[in-house]
Amino acid sequence: MKPAPFDYHAPRQLKEAAELLATLPNAKILAGGQSLVPMMNFRYVVADHLVDLGGIADLRGITVVDGWLRIGAMMRQRELETAPEVAQYCPLLAEALRHVGHRQTRNRGTIGGSLAHADPAAELPAVCAAYDAVVHVASIRGIRQVPFKDFSTGFMATALEPDEMIAAIDLPVWRQGHGHGFHEFARRHGDFALAGAVALLDVGAGNVVRRAALSLCGVAASPVRVEAAEVRLVGQPLDSSLIRSAAAATWLIEPISDIHAGAEYRRHLAQVLSARALTDAARRAGVDVPSVV
Amino acid sequence: MSKQPTRVTVNGKAHARIVEARLTLADFLRHELGLTGTHLGCEHGVCGACTVLVDGHSTRACLMFAVQANGCEVTTVEGLTPEGGLSVLQQAFVDNHGLQCGFCTPGMLVTLTELLRENPSPSEDEVREALTGNLCRCTGYAGIVKAALDAAQRLRAAGG
Amino acid sequence: MGAKHFGARVTRLEDPALLSGRGRFVDDVKMSGVLHACFVRSPYAHARLHGIDAKAALAIPGVHAVIAANDLPDPMRSEAMPMLLPNPSISALCTQHVLARAEVYYVGQPVAVVIADSRYIAEDAAAAVAVHYDALPAVGDCRDAVDEGAPRAHAALGSNVLSTFQLAYGDVDAAFANAPHIFEDELWQHRGGGMAIETRAVLASHDAATDMLTVWSGTQTPHIGRRMLADLLGRELESIRMIAPDVGGGFGPKAIFYPEEAVIPAAALKLGRPVKWIEDRREHFLCATQERDQYWSVAIAVDAEAKILGVRGRMLHDSGAFVPWGIIMPYIAAATVPGPYVIPAYQLDTMVVLTNKVPTTPVRGAGRPQAVFAMERLLDRVARELQLDRAEVRRRNFIQPEQMPYEVGLLFRDGKPLIYDSGDYPKGQETALADADYESFRERQRAALDEGRFIGIGLGNYVEGTGLGPFEGVTVRVLPSGKVAVATGATNQGQGTRTTLSQIVAEQVGCRIEDIVMTIGDTGAIAQGVGAFASRQAVNAGCSALLAGQSVRAQLVALAARTLGVKESDIDLDNGQAIAESGNKPIIGFGDLARLAQGIPGVSLPAGQAAGLEHTAYYTPQQAAYCSGTHVAEVEVDAMTGGVKIVRYTVAHDSGRVINPLIVDGQVQGGVAHGIGNALFEWMQYDENAQPLTTSFADYLLPMATDVPTCAIAHVETVNPLNPLGVKGAGEGGTIPAAAAIIGAIEDALSPFDVHFAETPLTPERIVAALRAAGAYEKLFAA
Repeated sequence: MKPAPFDYHAPRQLKEAAELLATLPNAKILAGGQSLVPMMNFRYVVADHLVDLGGIADLRGITVVDGWLRIGAMMRQRELETAPEVAQYCPLLAEALRHVGHRQTRNRGTIGGSLAHADPAAELPAVCAAYDAVVHVASIRGIRQVPFKDFSTGFMATALEPDEMIAAIDLPVWRQGHGHGFHEFARRHGDFALAGAVALLDVGAGNVVRRAALSLCGVAASPVRVEAAEVRLVGQPLDSSLIRSAAAATWLIEPISDIHAGAEYRRHLAQVLSARALTDAARRAGVDVPSVV
Repeated sequence: MSKQPTRVTVNGKAHARIVEARLTLADFLRHELGLTGTHLGCEHGVCGACTVLVDGHSTRACLMFAVQANGCEVTTVEGLTPEGGLSVLQQAFVDNHGLQCGFCTPGMLVTLTELLRENPSPSEDEVREALTGNLCRCTGYAGIVKAALDAAQRLRAAGG
Repeated sequence: MGAKHFGARVTRLEDPALLSGRGRFVDDVKMSGVLHACFVRSPYAHARLHGIDAKAALAIPGVHAVIAANDLPDPMRSEAMPMLLPNPSISALCTQHVLARAEVYYVGQPVAVVIADSRYIAEDAAAAVAVHYDALPAVGDCRDAVDEGAPRAHAALGSNVLSTFQLAYGDVDAAFANAPHIFEDELWQHRGGGMAIETRAVLASHDAATDMLTVWSGTQTPHIGRRMLADLLGRELESIRMIAPDVGGGFGPKAIFYPEEAVIPAAALKLGRPVKWIEDRREHFLCATQERDQYWSVAIAVDAEAKILGVRGRMLHDSGAFVPWGIIMPYIAAATVPGPYVIPAYQLDTMVVLTNKVPTTPVRGAGRPQAVFAMERLLDRVARELQLDRAEVRRRNFIQPEQMPYEVGLLFRDGKPLIYDSGDYPKGQETALADADYESFRERQRAALDEGRFIGIGLGNYVEGTGLGPFEGVTVRVLPSGKVAVATGATNQGQGTRTTLSQIVAEQVGCRIEDIVMTIGDTGAIAQGVGAFASRQAVNAGCSALLAGQSVRAQLVALAARTLGVKESDIDLDNGQAIAESGNKPIIGFGDLARLAQGIPGVSLPAGQAAGLEHTAYYTPQQAAYCSGTHVAEVEVDAMTGGVKIVRYTVAHDSGRVINPLIVDGQVQGGVAHGIGNALFEWMQYDENAQPLTTSFADYLLPMATDVPTCAIAHVETVNPLNPLGVKGAGEGGTIPAAAAIIGAIEDALSPFDVHFAETPLTPERIVAALRAAGAYEKLFAA
């Protein structure tokens, strides 16, 4: 299980990386490598060129600008898990990150790499879906901003052109006091989820839901935003029957079957985990609801 | 560019080599530097036997190319071993039967070194969670968990 | 007498090197000029082989050779591999050629090997070897394979049924005819692997000056491997040395002699260079042998008091494409069913079937986990149907200690009548139940249920035939340095063999345990050897160590007494010295005694003095040593997700006298982890065309640190009267009843829904499906 030969490039500037990607045939981007390198070792992926983004300072950093948290694509998952800005502005992301692989893979794995790899069971794309994140995509043509719903296009597929790379991810900061919830079911700790649910709730006076987001991972070719659930939530006073009703809306999804789990089981998990994630989000938003499931 | 000059400091010793780009860090350590304490159990990043510290962070050496370690400090199990003896953590493995065949052990030691550095008083659950990135087929983990908790206590006692 | 080592919690001699990166596994052996191998393997489960074109591969710089079947030396070129354990019921001699000749029978079967400067280049070249196949219909599921119209796993065979046999005693028909209660179940256990973290590995080097072929192999059985290799190469045993250095876990699959262990030495001979092959994990999934696939259809007859009247049934065993170890696994399974219970009549009809999958051979437990699963699930069923406590049902059926030795009425796989030598099964169960707080469990369960949590308890009992012969050898020799050399054909894949044998020898000889120089797993160090399987080394090698140690002790005492001029009864041996307890208490060191025992060139030895202080013992057990135990598992089930957490695990274990509790506890705990894998996680899946689906650690799930609780382990020692140490095996007992106990506990946790499970691994998905079918979610969602 040794990778096929390739040429290695380690650009120091974003522009240089963009030029390499525009000119090199059959090139692959090396971000954290925690998904790519196993596939290379199995020789499922054979690249002629590897462009390592690890040395580009412009792809790193966390900043808060105008109600958005901007995260450089090459920020390591572990760095985000422990970053105070993430804890303060997007605590959902920090919570989800604890379920991503293992400490050793999070030390190397990056947020940009995870989004570009687009594994349907991965946690971070589902978080971005819930947030309506905006992906900054760089190439020799400059930077374009892609809403996450347009970025994620199918099974391990994204809107990235072969010569494009992710430069940064913008997550909108929800009002202080909002609640978040993340629940997934994996066979073992750190495994990809058979299904997972990501919830955000902003609750106003009288416990009325002002804003809601619910997304799922592991159930379809790409993350699923459960708009039917959000519609049921917004404008209604938050209680356990509302959560049950919103979670029930996940029955509309059409999950995948593979060797890890069948569609029916995934649909069942989606409902259970959605209820649990919404319950956590409600409690964190200050609404004391009893557990539904 | 299929070969790259690479400078890497391993266990405090600087090495400069021209390496093939596709050479994994694990194979570089084992076969170029002769540091065979780092083991390969799966080569797809699950078993954790090849775990080393790169700039202090636990890393799968099978999922990193040696060229990526250019300019980095790498620590392997050999580098965790004091001259002529065993570290507190290693001795705790002896005392608590934390190993049987010993093949996964170097990765376990590296993972726990990082854990105990960051969290000197881990709970049993925290130790177990940290160990999920390392598979052991022999011990059923009991001795490893016990060794980690024992070492944490000994290190706290020594550190005051 | 020196320090007491036997029975002490001695820390392991193996540890310091392994902990500091100084272990020496096959891939760590440094050798200049070594070439690297990569095998070309069949992508088909069944195909005809039409030819191999290696031109493109040979053109890659750094490639030295591409070797296919016809390039091999005779006899391995044309003859199939020897079968280690022939049995008259096997209808066709079914072993493979080391490299496929005209037909391939499973995905991953070796077809050719590329030898190159590095493994990287060898893999490049292996991908460039063009092999021409014509796909043949394949059979993947052993239930399909028995059909008349099923594709044949081997084109030349008329049937996939390789063997049928019956194990029986008593009048089963009468027992069932008159029984007040008869319960039947269909049970199924899936395939899994050994999954040692070190994969297999072979390094071969031929020294032309001495004509010695040295082979390092990550094997449990180097002596057997050497014999097989000698047969396949047509070489004398004496010109082959096989060494198993540090081996990173065995668990059964490394007891098998594999094609690669013949091909790599053949390549080294052909090229005149050392050649190394390190199996990668994908190859391990494809080509290392596996176990468990068995389908059981069993019935139990009991009287109104739940006393067993009889057990009968059928079992279908998937042997994969070949039977390198004959049919011992299904045989062991069939003989293990009666376990610790009085069963007046028993009959099991077994059918062994070929499929186009990698062969099955023993994996930790070797057929016993399936048998215990069948028996214990039946007893849980009896308890449920008769509304009795599950422990009570077992209590009423135990063989009592005063019935020992107990003759079951079958022949075991060692060829001897199945006679339990010793054991106290009721005490074992009571000990485990007490340690598990079984009595208070129902109360705890009710309290949990009030909080909406589902906890359950399950138990499993077993009796395991361990310590199988034919023999193992130990040589003890006192060295002129004063240290004591020990050599054995026993091997070490993590069991602490070196420590255990050192404890025995040190205590007998009277030296420090650190002063033992042990050579393990090296055919150059001892003439005869067998190796590690069937939890056999403590019995076989342990007793040989005792006998050899006793002999050398006597030699030391005699020589010291003569030299010091005292009576033999006045000599004590301690710390590498002989100390006279009389006169002015003279002392002589072992080193001096060893030199004396070498004699003086040309001078006759004194009467009674043998050459050297040395003895080799080959202990041969008269029959298997029957260990036993009880496991109690406590689980919590998340009924909404089907997630299972094992919250508590209790073991009472009788492996006879315990040589080193530290090591035995480790064996039990590790065995339980393997059993947890079998119960909940590990499942080698194939599609209907016998294509393997789970060929990575992301798809085939090994238990992690968060999945295996620390077990409470009690040793219930009953001394084995049949061997001088009083020991029984300890390596597999941890695995054997685990699935039975865990599945029983899950059923118990979900008893409000009355759902039942008959297969392993039991996945969360199956639990949820059963709960849904039982209408659980209407209740739960509404709550």
